[in-house]
Amino acid sequence: MKILVCLGNVPDTTTKIRFDGEMKNLATEGVQWVINPWDELALTRALEIKEGSGGKIEKVSVVNVGKADAEPTIRKALAIGADDAYRIDADPSDAYFIAAQIAEVVKNNNFEIIFAGKESSDFNGSAVGSMLAEFLDIPSVSAVSAFDFPDGKVVLKRDIDGGKETIGIDTPFVTIVQKGISINPRIPAMRGIMMARTKPINVSQPVAVDTLVEYETFELPEAKAECKMVDPENTDALVDLLHNEAKVI
Amino acid sequence: MSIIVFTENRGGKLKKSSFEAISYAMNIAENTSKPVVAVSVGELGDDELSALAKYGAAKIVSVNDPAWKSNDSQAYTKLMAEIAEKENADTFIFSHSNEGKAIAPRLAVKLKAGLITNITGVPANFSPLTIKRKTYNGSAFQLMKIKADKAVLTINPNSCDVVEKPVDVNIEKFSPSVAGDGATKVENVDVVTGKILLTEAPIVVSGGRGLKSGDNWGMIEQLGEVLGAGLACSRPVSDEGWRSHEEHVGQTGKIIAPDLYIAVGISGAIQHIGGVSGAKVLVAIDKDKEAPIFKYADYGIIGDAFEVVPRLIESLQKFKA
Ligand SMILES: Cc1cc2nc3c(=O)[nH]c(=O)nc-3n(C[C@H](O)[C@H](O)[C@H](O)COP(=O)(O)OP(=O)(O)OC[C@H]3O[C@@H](n4cnc5c(N)ncnc54)[C@H](O)[C@@H]3O)c2cc1C
Repeated sequence: MKILVCLGNVPDTTTKIRFDGEMKNLATEGVQWVINPWDELALTRALEIKEGSGGKIEKVSVVNVGKADAEPTIRKALAIGADDAYRIDADPSDAYFIAAQIAEVVKNNNFEIIFAGKESSDFNGSAVGSMLAEFLDIPSVSAVSAFDFPDGKVVLKRDIDGGKETIGIDTPFVTIVQKGISINPRIPAMRGIMMARTKPINVSQPVAVDTLVEYETFELPEAKAECKMVDPENTDALVDLLHNEAKVI
Repeated sequence: MSIIVFTENRGGKLKKSSFEAISYAMNIAENTSKPVVAVSVGELGDDELSALAKYGAAKIVSVNDPAWKSNDSQAYTKLMAEIAEKENADTFIFSHSNEGKAIAPRLAVKLKAGLITNITGVPANFSPLTIKRKTYNGSAFQLMKIKADKAVLTINPNSCDVVEKPVDVNIEKFSPSVAGDGATKVENVDVVTGKILLTEAPIVVSGGRGLKSGDNWGMIEQLGEVLGAGLACSRPVSDEGWRSHEEHVGQTGKIIAPDLYIAVGISGAIQHIGGVSGAKVLVAIDKDKEAPIFKYADYGIIGDAFEVVPRLIESLQKFKA
């Protein structure tokens, strides 16, 4: 069985968000690009599952829809331990486009378990994983916070309102993962970094897809008014402000 | 053409976010002259379902069948597509919740509809539908336009108003032709019921590493209780096991938008703010006057939480009495 992990290439989470003059594009000067945090956790878990599967999982691959400038991020995933990578050479313009491209990779290479993150930490779309499953006409399980593989059987835990559900599922399927799937991402070791240099990145051209949405402009939030300080001895004053001024209690 | 709203329920009650979604649909309806149809899947009584008409749903399609308990997103997508055809719908509204996020993108692919998720405000334009959404973890917004002839939208809970627009109750019991139990088999459910749902709570009290230990949460729970608030925490607090992961808010945890968020002993790291920037009013209590949380707060108290919080509880008890 083979696992595919979707890999987003995103600005580091501490990036100061600014846009170019026309508010159409992120100002990328000085931005550090990293693996989307949930995808990094997904990859970590996928590798652990492979290692503990007694050979049932033969391979963990990663896939990215992006131009050549995403390759350092892909190489990092290979250094962490992915066996090989697929890159569809196109701008990751929107979720529908991205999911359609990844669907081709899945179909052409028979992946049976596909991991996607709950969202990309830049666009916050929460769409690629579920869209991919629909393109493939296979089940998807969202909000997954644990993935176990006892005796070659998949057991997932997903978050529901105020709790968790344990779910059994047969392959193939897409799992959309979030916090808990693994605790800390694996850090590439020197040996991994050396090996990553020779691991294959299979580059292919995108398939044509209709455009269903279009981006207009970005906006920055309104500047916040100065914080009103209240005397720590006088909590009555805070209650009064929350009641009479902010009107929230 | 009609507008379909996917409603959600919990413990036999409709969620507040479902009424927000109906109100959102009504806003589009009034600008496009389309009727609003609410879809409910679950064992809800007619009394509870009728509440949807109070906000303007001209028709309520109810799938009340134990076979539809699986929450299988593939099956739900087929169900929604079947109802879409029956109701001749071109606009679909979900909450940006776990359930909504699981179904809406699939439905968009199935119907070849344009998808806009993470919506925080009413449409800027109705033809073509153009809507502002949250991006970069609340550090920016983005206007997005639908190019397809159908649209699927997910609305952030607590970010759009609920408006009463009563109409006559019209409930249709519907038996779908597609099967409800898909490939996912629920083996066990572990739910804490009765608690205020964090994503829906109008007031949230949250504690950070400044509280030093999980044993110190008594006063946070008490503050939550006087305010009828949901409880939250910062990531290190749940990582340390001081509090349950359920309570972790922030970029990697839950994203919330309460009317009032009270942060106690939380420094205000960008990843934490990413989860709470939708709060209408933010109160910070922290002993460090340089803590970044004060840059985001509307009201601040610089002081020791162990002195300030008990005092605040007293003030609130006085106010409530
Ligand atoms: C990829 C990534 C994702 C992340 N996601 C999240 C996330 O989703 N949510 C999240 O919260 N964090 C997240 N973090 C972590 C984040 O960067 C911060 O480390 C974290 O938010 C800090 O938690 P804190 O404010 O509770 O603790 P601290 O930063 O340690 O702050 C504690 C505060 O308590 C104050 N304090 C101490 N004693 C007292 C007292 N007696 N009275 C009053 N105040 C006191 C201190 O002055 C300080 O301001 C993420 C980090 C990364 C790298």
